[in-house]
Amino acid sequence: MSIRYTAARHTAALAALLLLGTAPLAQAADKPTDPQIAHIAYTAGVIDVEAAKLAIEKSKTKEVVDFANDMLRDHEAVNVQALDLVKKLNVTPEDNATSQALTTAAAEERAKLAKLDGAAFDKAYVDNEVAYHKQVNGALETLLIPSAQNAELKSLLETGLKIFQGHEQHAEHVAGMLK
Amino acid sequence: MSKRHLWIVMALVFGTAPVQAETIQVTIDKLVFSPASVEAKVGDTIEWVNKDAFAHTATVKGSWEVMIPPKATASLTLKTAEAVDYFCRFHPNMKGQLTVTAP
Repeated sequence: MSIRYTAARHTAALAALLLLGTAPLAQAADKPTDPQIAHIAYTAGVIDVEAAKLAIEKSKTKEVVDFANDMLRDHEAVNVQALDLVKKLNVTPEDNATSQALTTAAAEERAKLAKLDGAAFDKAYVDNEVAYHKQVNGALETLLIPSAQNAELKSLLETGLKIFQGHEQHAEHVAGMLK
Repeated sequence: MSKRHLWIVMALVFGTAPVQAETIQVTIDKLVFSPASVEAKVGDTIEWVNKDAFAHTATVKGSWEVMIPPKATASLTLKTAEAVDYFCRFHPNMKGQLTVTAP
């Protein structure tokens, strides 16, 4: 019984995620807890690292590959700091609907990018980087930072926001060069 | 003049040299250049001390660039009198100003 019940709940959750579609972060109505915030922030970083790896592998444009390497380096550095912090605070990051929706949306985007090549890939990757950082920055500003209870977690998120705002500008600059 | 006197004369001459080149530190912490605005003279050295775990640059568009690795220090000796705005190429929201005057 309990297995069937769980399966039914998963189906409902999946349906909800599919409905959320393009703006999963905007839909998180409930205030996330610190363990959930840590999970969301870490997941958001991993997603951009994966996208960067794809770009490094596929793109032949120096500016795009350089940008992807910058993303890889910064997001990995942020995530190392995040892991160090959760260890220090003895917090276990907790999976949640927002993290799952982000992961689902990212998998779709990656599948879309994987089919593209050359200039079409470059444009789609960089445009998505602009949109993705905008989305994550919006979530940091309006939801994650205001919801964070622990001061050190809040401070790390604030530094993360400054970095990702920098990335958004950097991505816009690269997008401008591709035109 | 004995050798000893010569040394004294030289010490006096160089000791009164009018300008000493300085090293000016700019700290980078949580994506902020501090102080954001620096005044210096040609011959001075700017030393960027990066406390972040992230690589940064001090870049002047169309001119020079200094790479500043994470948790490291990088420096530039100023050769030209100029007033420039610089930024971090990786995080263009990080901005600084440098006014270099003749010595």
